[in-house]
Amino acid sequence: MNQVPLLHILVLSTALFFIGMYGLFTRRNLITMLMSVELILNSANINFIAFNRYLYPDRLDGVFFTLFIIAIAAAEAAVAIAIIINLYRNFQSIDVEATNEMKF
Amino acid sequence: MSVSAVVFYLLSVYILVSAFLAVTSRKIFRSAIWLLFALTGIAGLYFWLQMEFVAAVQIVVYVGGIVVLIIFSIFLTQQSGKELPAPLRSRSIWAVLAVCAGFVLTFAVLKGYAFRLAGTERIAGSHGTVGIGGVGGIPGAGTGSEGVAGVENIGAQLLSTSEHGYVLPFEVVSILLLAAMIGCIVIAMKTKPDNK
Repeated sequence: MNQVPLLHILVLSTALFFIGMYGLFTRRNLITMLMSVELILNSANINFIAFNRYLYPDRLDGVFFTLFIIAIAAAEAAVAIAIIINLYRNFQSIDVEATNEMKF
Repeated sequence: MSVSAVVFYLLSVYILVSAFLAVTSRKIFRSAIWLLFALTGIAGLYFWLQMEFVAAVQIVVYVGGIVVLIIFSIFLTQQSGKELPAPLRSRSIWAVLAVCAGFVLTFAVLKGYAFRLAGTERIAGSHGTVGIGGVGGIPGAGTGSEGVAGVENIGAQLLSTSEHGYVLPFEVVSILLLAAMIGCIVIAMKTKPDNK
């Protein structure tokens, strides 16, 4: 583990974050946008774990933040999918462009 | 280059390629499967960083929970053989530009920042151990999986009420999960028509 500098792990997580951002920008389907958000959350988790491992190896705070982020991501995905299913029931589509009923 | 470094670079290529295919694939079901591969790759990265517990949680929650939920919702809402419409050309060009600019900016900041790695000056343990009654002085910190990041220490500190304990966020997250569960049921419930 010590042969790889911290910078390389951070570059990996940055690249993962921006891949997720690219998906969020280009996709118009709610489920695929949710997948992009999951990728972004995972890149943040990688950062927390890498910092904990390299900078403060005798503490556990990064691990706890990662665990809480995973729990919150699970809750967020569940609520988002409930909303998506409700939206599909009302509009027969989960494209974000199709739900323009309250658009000003 | 040692075996460990080779494993890291292989894992990173695996994660990035599957994440890229997950956000660009035109078939939504394949996209979900690529997301599954990316998440397992990240779990492998946690194993490589010797955080076994986090890797296990990643596999259980993400691979076993969230991806399965996403696949279920795909089956409920999509015709899975149909291809998604391609993004507008102008939008994808702007997205690529914005993403590349953000990556270069972040990389420049990272490159210029000098991280104080552990072992250079803070090896003396002057800030003390994690302050858990019972677990004690954590011998051989950071030397392996049986070091600080073992399940025993994680559990003890997560539920400890002392100064560095995480019991309050733990309880808050449990209430959040309860609220999310009730909220999901209420949102996705089918409303009955009034006249029976």
